[in-house]
Amino acid sequence: MGELMIGLYVFVLATLAGREVITKVPPTLHTPLMSGANAISGIAIVGALVVAGRAEGTTQTVLGVVAIAMATINVIGGFMVTDRMLGMFRKH
Amino acid sequence: MNAHILVELTYLLSAILFVVGLKRLQSPATARAGNSIAAFAMFLAIIATVVDNEILSWTPILIGFVTGGLIGAVAARLVKMTSMPEMVGLFNGFGGGASALVAVGEFVGVGGAVGTGTSGVTIMLGTFIGGVTFSGSMIAFLKLKEWMTGNPITYPLQKTLNAIMFVGAVVLAALALGAGTQDPMMMFYILVTVALVMGVTLTIPIGGADMPVVISLLNSYSGLAASAAGFVIGNMVLIISGALVGASGLILTMLMCKGMNRSLANVAFGAFGGTAGIDRSQIGKRPVKSADAEMVAAELGYVNSVIIVPGYGLAVAQAQHELRKVGDLLEDRGVDVKYAVHPVAGRMPGHMNVLLAEADVSYDKLYDLDEINDDFSNTDAVLIVGAHDVCNPAAREPARVIAGMPILDVDKARRTIVMKRSLSPGFAGIDNDLFYMDHNLMFFGDAKQSMSDLVREIRDLG
Repeated sequence: MGELMIGLYVFVLATLAGREVITKVPPTLHTPLMSGANAISGIAIVGALVVAGRAEGTTQTVLGVVAIAMATINVIGGFMVTDRMLGMFRKH
Repeated sequence: MNAHILVELTYLLSAILFVVGLKRLQSPATARAGNSIAAFAMFLAIIATVVDNEILSWTPILIGFVTGGLIGAVAARLVKMTSMPEMVGLFNGFGGGASALVAVGEFVGVGGAVGTGTSGVTIMLGTFIGGVTFSGSMIAFLKLKEWMTGNPITYPLQKTLNAIMFVGAVVLAALALGAGTQDPMMMFYILVTVALVMGVTLTIPIGGADMPVVISLLNSYSGLAASAAGFVIGNMVLIISGALVGASGLILTMLMCKGMNRSLANVAFGAFGGTAGIDRSQIGKRPVKSADAEMVAAELGYVNSVIIVPGYGLAVAQAQHELRKVGDLLEDRGVDVKYAVHPVAGRMPGHMNVLLAEADVSYDKLYDLDEINDDFSNTDAVLIVGAHDVCNPAAREPARVIAGMPILDVDKARRTIVMKRSLSPGFAGIDNDLFYMDHNLMFFGDAKQSMSDLVREIRDLG
């Protein structure tokens, strides 16, 4: 089995797992879910690190730096704001 | 065990923790820990990547980390809860942009000579989805921020032009992969441009009121873009996390569409959701009963059960804290108080709940449409503040504009009180039959002022 096929299997199974987990998230938490998922999509930072880490020319370096900066905004901002929101949900 | 296997296992652990973290979001009691688990998973993935790759130069990486980290942290700390939709829209765009740049970086890195193999195709996909997500999110951000018009922007042959651009993108991708062209690099740059233009042309025809659907959809795209980037560099943790986000965004998109009784196609191409071009001549011509704060206090203070229905008008007026005081005072008097939140009450999925949580309303008093709709017929009084279309009984009549939209059945309660500035229509631009019903009272005024008047009057009930 080629790498693409393995990747496809992983992608499809992860989507199904995601569907199972996320349909059970109550509507009350849909905004934190979205901002948290948003932070997770900052996982592109891993790709950005690979590109920036092996950059040789100026173009590649610039692309890598911008990609890392964008993904970091997403990751740090996303997790922090989700935490801030979830801290407000109290029961009393 | 060699270092590479250790790295792969770390990635696996990271993927598992992402799922565990999301699972904890199933209850407000565990959600905060879940978010921290997901953040830790991200940290693990970053460490594994840095260890596994030979980093030629640390300077550019640190510059990227520090700049992005500072901007993200400051934004997360300062953003107002009412502005969450804009911020999520903007962050989506950055996620999509980063994924696109990964694909672009790979293409540029090999000087455009990727060939038509797997990685070539995934580079094209990643670039395209990421590019559309980036510029589409920027437009959504501008619309939500009201820096550009919330009305749909349409022009002749809009759909045809989008279709042509899409076909063009496929052709350009094939050419960039070396199908009979001298200059794949140039073809690739044109493809990037087309993707960015398409993000704009696909988002501008969508009206302001439909933005909750759009940011959910762009959220899904940002996940797919990350997955595509995972295929490009052959990294499973990217594929998995991207797929999780893609699924999450899609589920929320469908829920929002259901909340408005619209199909996704209708939202994407319907150019609905603005308030232009609707006949308002008959609005407000029928007689209504109105009440002042003192009367409303008496209607709410001497009954057994009250349901409060907050709408976005409440948040615009920053009156959620006063509303919570009303709820607390009623509870002190022994009234059973619940809050009913419609799926599209705010400007993004779950937005109203966050605004009420910020005002310190206990989360176990927040009910969604399905949970509470049967309760209205046993409820003494319903207080509706700044909500409109979501409780319009006209939705039950097949011939009306909002026909079929799921509504809160507030008119089944013994008494309804609508707190509103005037009789003007809401997002759907239509009149609300509820206002003219026999058991309804209109409580006119500015939400914040009216709620603090109401607080005073309830205290005076004795």
